[in-house]
Amino acid sequence: MEKVTLTIDNIQVEVPKEYTILEAAKATGIDIPTLCFLKDINEVGACRVCLVEVEGARSLQASCVQPIYEGMVVKTNSKKLRNVRKSTVELLLSNHDRECLTCFRNKSCELQTLSEELNITEIPFNKRDTVHPVDTKSEAIVRDPNKCILCGRCVNVCKVEQGIGILDFTKRGVETEVTPAFNRGLNEMPCIQCGQCVSVCPVGALKEKEDIDRVWDVIENPEVHVVVQTAPAVRAALGEAFGMPIGTRVTGKMVASLKRLGFDQVFDTNFAADLTIMEEGHELLDRIQNGGKLPMITSCSPGWVKYCEYNHPELLENLSTCKSPHQMMGAIVKSYYAKKHSIDPKKIFMVSIMPCTAKKSEAARPELQVNGLQDVDAVLTTRELAKMIKQARIDFMKLEDAEFDPALGDYTGAGAIFGATGGVMEASLRSLKDLVDHEDLKKIEYHNIRGISGIKEGEITLGGAVIKLGVAHGTANAEKLLQMIESGEKEYHFIEMMGCSGGCVNGGGQPHVPVSKKMDLDIRVERAKALYQEDTVKEFRKSHENPLVKKLYREFLEKPNSHRAHELLHTHYTARVKYPAADLPEVKEMVIGLLEEKVGVSG
Amino acid sequence: MAKNVLTQENFSILEQSIDRHRGIKGPLMPILNDVQKTFGCVPLEVQQKISEELNIPFSEIYGVVTFYSQFSLEPKGDFVIGVCMGTACYVKNAQPILDKIADIIDTKVGETSKDGKFTLVATRCIGACGLAPVITVNEDVYGRLKVEDVPGIMEKY
Repeated sequence: MEKVTLTIDNIQVEVPKEYTILEAAKATGIDIPTLCFLKDINEVGACRVCLVEVEGARSLQASCVQPIYEGMVVKTNSKKLRNVRKSTVELLLSNHDRECLTCFRNKSCELQTLSEELNITEIPFNKRDTVHPVDTKSEAIVRDPNKCILCGRCVNVCKVEQGIGILDFTKRGVETEVTPAFNRGLNEMPCIQCGQCVSVCPVGALKEKEDIDRVWDVIENPEVHVVVQTAPAVRAALGEAFGMPIGTRVTGKMVASLKRLGFDQVFDTNFAADLTIMEEGHELLDRIQNGGKLPMITSCSPGWVKYCEYNHPELLENLSTCKSPHQMMGAIVKSYYAKKHSIDPKKIFMVSIMPCTAKKSEAARPELQVNGLQDVDAVLTTRELAKMIKQARIDFMKLEDAEFDPALGDYTGAGAIFGATGGVMEASLRSLKDLVDHEDLKKIEYHNIRGISGIKEGEITLGGAVIKLGVAHGTANAEKLLQMIESGEKEYHFIEMMGCSGGCVNGGGQPHVPVSKKMDLDIRVERAKALYQEDTVKEFRKSHENPLVKKLYREFLEKPNSHRAHELLHTHYTARVKYPAADLPEVKEMVIGLLEEKVGVSG
Repeated sequence: MAKNVLTQENFSILEQSIDRHRGIKGPLMPILNDVQKTFGCVPLEVQQKISEELNIPFSEIYGVVTFYSQFSLEPKGDFVIGVCMGTACYVKNAQPILDKIADIIDTKVGETSKDGKFTLVATRCIGACGLAPVITVNEDVYGRLKVEDVPGIMEKY
């Protein structure tokens, strides 16, 4: 790697030639403030917070986009820079809805932190008094333009990483806003509600639709039997909300906190993940053996499923008919568990703690129900759970580890790794190999499909036949993989798709991590480590060995893909029009009416 | 007679424009220029059509259309009246002239009259400061105006 030498704040450093000033400074231990910057996704130099002085340059340079050269002399801290950065942020703040005390990003806001670091004590500019309506129409995501600082991170994470582009800059000058086309609600756009925009927003302009109070209400209602389940990825990130290092596994404390919050039963979505493997694995075998639709594509990620429904209606039959694990759990709780414990299913309230915002809208899908009852009644993100724990004044760090409740809380290592990209595939392979080839394989780790490269491939032999595997995460990568299939470049039998880059560990509902920290480490990798660690400590690491899963089939479901299993655990998909509002008669009428009015209807 | 800009004919011109520019680098601007010329505006339906044909996000197209003043979301009137509000015109009393025109055609600044005949725009300096205050009606220029001149000019259209 070619290197160049430059001087930053009188320190001489040698760094790779491709670095920007920002990266060179970071490598030198000098922390230049940033606001709009998002590595590989939003490198636009728009916010002007990262300005530095470069000797010989006519003006101050945005260090996040400025390449370095041999002999460059950079200053990152001077009176001029402190003043300029301060003024820049003061101007941003003058347009920003500064209700920090009541903002959900209070204490996790990057603008707030920056304001403190730059020692801003007053804002010398008048506040703009225009108030924009807050968009609350989506089932999962709330957009508050009054807090938007036009950094463009959400625009580009949606466009670049997800390949969708729901939000963009509109209008110009002082009127500039980040909005969907025609300032529509997010519910009127082909938004998959993955929440990546929420994840990268430095302020409180984008957030999940909070459901905490409804959950508190049922917890305090003695008539309601409140059951909670936790997705695999939650335990890999919840600790961050309490100051623990990224990638700390907090399974035991998480369970203890849920018990303290007052949930009647604490179950694990990992158990349902094991169940999913049984259903999905047998579905794949059935498709292979009986000429069913291939490739079969996983359906655990509601972001991916929505993407497919909007953009690839021709592939709906390729999606596995399996419900996602937490929906399966809900269905089993309201049938098998209710019956076994003589509880009226109508009195059960099922809460899912998910690393995901899209799960909120998934749970509301009308087809995901059992006997007229929704499988899942409320979905809270990892962030919302952290808030509840704080509200209840539980000292998370001092909690003694607790165990999931035994009725539906037992899981294998295979279920645990569902939360990382490649995990669903790996879990499937562990069981399929054994079940088809009647072996008890000891080599069960499939490293070629682990990790964060965008598209991963592998193949295995199953009953003598070669099965080709594809894995993609982030919908832009998913699209790329689909294009390769369409062009005939690739052929697969089984594909795992996850809507978010890195899989659920990096879901839109996980605790916010400031970008300065994301430059030091890859949160997708660190959080995934926690899941693979959980995998290795489990006694059973293959889904079909889960004693509870075996018992469930023996006592209730009979066998995978049985009639009852289909009723409870499988679903169907709907082709969706990308822009439904344009097809609504009133909108059409309005647009045409507007035009007619303009050109005169008198005649 | 109601004039619907979303006609089969206009859409077929749109399709030709899309086909002509498909595959080139930066196809959006030339297509939008064609659309503005053909439809007199860039309506929602057209933006969605371009989005689907060229696989450019709908919001990105809307962003471009609302960024450049040469594009409009709604059809402009037959006559676009531009009242210069540059410094020279402004100090020479452009404001009362603008108000008078708005009054005569019963239209707010930036909007189109109900009969679709006039669109009223307050422009930046058009570089005819020697003629201040100045207005334009489509290609016609009127300079050194007084408020009293306005009704006479409007009658011509």
